Amino acid sequence: MILGRVIGEIHGTIKHRFYEGKKLLVIEKTSAAGEPTGDYLIAADSVGAGADERVLVLDEGNGARQVFDSKDGPVRSVVVGIIDDVVSD
Amino acid sequence: MFLGRVIGQVVPCVVTPGLEGVPMLIVQPLDKTLKPKGKAIVAADATRMAGPGELVSYEGGREAAMALDPAFVPVDHSILAIVDGVNIT
Repeated sequence: MILGRVIGEIHGTIKHRFYEGKKLLVIEKTSAAGEPTGDYLIAADSVGAGADERVLVLDEGNGARQVFDSKDGPVRSVVVGIIDDVVSD
Repeated sequence: MFLGRVIGQVVPCVVTPGLEGVPMLIVQPLDKTLKPKGKAIVAADATRMAGPGELVSYEGGREAAMALDPAFVPVDHSILAIVDGVNIT
């Protein structure tokens, strides 16, 4: 899983049927300290994350499909947690 | 998923079984500010409705093939959604 921050949302009427009714968030990847790495991805939301929140993103297809209880959904990235704090020793 | 802009269309005359009639579009990957990033790719259009100039969201890898019907055809990128708006905060 990777750490990120929600920086936006995308909207669209025409999409694959799997994504109907799902919120798609634009996630900026961050380091453990919270600094942006410059990279981004678009992930489906499963926890109700919102703008500017730090999140945990699962970037693996089989796990992502399991989250949505789908056998054949074309999904790889899904927001699976909202992060309050990251503690590193 | 990532953001991209459709910049062209490929018209194949012979395709592998399962890919007949699937639109193949040339997609320029974009960064989070919608500026072009990297080299253009050819993606299968799973929405079958994307056209030149449109902002789209595409996925690569195994999930790209799962988006098409029949699934598991030999493609490496698929357009999954046509993006009407991106709200970056």
